[in-house]
Amino acid sequence: MKKGTLKQMLVITDGGSNTGEDPVAMAALAKEQGISVNVIGVMEEDTIDEQSTNEIEGIAMSGGGVSQIVYVKQLSQTVQMVTRQAMTQTLQGVVNKELQQILGSSNSRLEELSPEKRGEIMEVVDELGETVDLEILILVDMSGSMKNKLPTVKESLLDLSLSLNARMGHNQFSIFLFPGKKKDVEKLMDWNPRLESLSTIFPKLTAGGITPTGPAIKEATHYFTKKRSLRGLLKNNEQYIEESGM
Amino acid sequence: MNNTLKNQVCNLSPGTEIQGKWHHVHYKILEKLGVGATGVVYLVQLVNGTLAALKISFSNMSVTAEVNVLKKLSQVKDKVLGPRLLDVDDWSYGSHALSFYVMEYVKGQPLLSFISTRGTEWLQVFASQLLTDLENLHEEGWVFGDLKPENLVVTSNPVKVRWIDVGGTTLQGRSIKEFTDFYDRAHWGLGSRKAEPTYDLFAVSMVLIHAAYGKRINKTDKPAEQLKQFILTTKQLEPFGDVLYQAVTGKYKSAKEMKTEVLSVEKRRGAKSKGTKPQNVRQPSAPRVKVKKKRSHVLETLLLCTSVMLIYILYLFIQVL
Repeated sequence: MKKGTLKQMLVITDGGSNTGEDPVAMAALAKEQGISVNVIGVMEEDTIDEQSTNEIEGIAMSGGGVSQIVYVKQLSQTVQMVTRQAMTQTLQGVVNKELQQILGSSNSRLEELSPEKRGEIMEVVDELGETVDLEILILVDMSGSMKNKLPTVKESLLDLSLSLNARMGHNQFSIFLFPGKKKDVEKLMDWNPRLESLSTIFPKLTAGGITPTGPAIKEATHYFTKKRSLRGLLKNNEQYIEESGM
Repeated sequence: MNNTLKNQVCNLSPGTEIQGKWHHVHYKILEKLGVGATGVVYLVQLVNGTLAALKISFSNMSVTAEVNVLKKLSQVKDKVLGPRLLDVDDWSYGSHALSFYVMEYVKGQPLLSFISTRGTEWLQVFASQLLTDLENLHEEGWVFGDLKPENLVVTSNPVKVRWIDVGGTTLQGRSIKEFTDFYDRAHWGLGSRKAEPTYDLFAVSMVLIHAAYGKRINKTDKPAEQLKQFILTTKQLEPFGDVLYQAVTGKYKSAKEMKTEVLSVEKRRGAKSKGTKPQNVRQPSAPRVKVKKKRSHVLETLLLCTSVMLIYILYLFIQVL
């Protein structure tokens, strides 16, 4: 059996999107295309406002992902934990679907199995999480309010790469910033197996006031699919060349 | 699990009854033992009066993963590698089914508070005990992962350090499941986050440092250098300096090797110089020895004088005769 690739989006934000499409809708759209959207909300001490919390939980909920709200200083631990949880959750979703197909009823979900059976399945999920290939696209909120938090964001992304590099499966990372210098979204790093390279390119300055979370998720979703079609194109080209060479 | 539900699960009042959906065992909550990143642990009582620890996790999958580890560890014959697993079940809480598991209640004092009340001479004992357990764990193909004081308790009669949370235990060769910054070698830039025996040996060293120094230190820009310097120059770590240095730089390949070195610290320390040893409570004993010695000197002189006198008198006596 060929293991597929897990597609995860990780949004690091302090909430308060204020322009463009509804991020919750865009997350739902991403989910439809097989991408899980996870959100980490970064807060200063004692400034968790209800609206941001709802937005963060809403995006993750409709994006089929995991969300967590943390204080800045807990960020690195959280980034790697959320990513791990997100991978497990996605894999579990896949296993759930398979189970329903095999057993042919909608109530044969993992939760309804006895703890013993669940244990055996969890072991498979664990194993998959360790060996599956992972594509993870990180979306970093660069709006004004995030300014003080950016050094910590960078630290925690480097820490994430330590955790993911210790896995057996392959990783591909990409980083997008929103808002970008000219557009809503700007690509900082193309698909790359080494996230560490971000340490030299991570910007220190922020772009300013708006927070286009929705458009960012939308653009990032395209980027996942674009990658695939580009690959497909390459394959076709190769075939074409081979054929024409004969 | 959303935040409201999490709060409710974290604050179940004493007296609350929990009944398993599959195995129908009743548990009565007595008190909360602790809250971690993955779940909350309660002290519970069974119908027959036995005490046990019950863990409800915030995510049902992490319960299952931990149970898998506990099961594997309890399958190892003749060795106690973790708390005994007693039950795994689901609890219907409102419309939710919460997974939980029940394990042996390991009653003891937290490691750090034990050390601060009973003295740092226990460090060597605990280091050795921990390394023995780790060696067994490593032999079975596992790595403990999240080794930290919070996961260690000291039981009495006999005094023994035991780990109580195996949530981070990972198969060797995989990536470490759970860790805590200060005890994580990757955080200090001194190795990867791959589950290898050396990963645990680093964590043991950091636990010793934390216990001996009394607090954690914050990392700076060059963490690897900083940590090495700290180990070499901090007085409180003195007898273990060499061992800690070797362990954090990954020189020991097995827990056994490190244990041998830990145990030889005392001998080496004794051989090097007796003067530096009594830094702690035993200092008063040193002057006492000195006083004794002085007295014996006086006695010696007195004895010598009397004998000389006696011989002289004897000589005079003979002369007179």
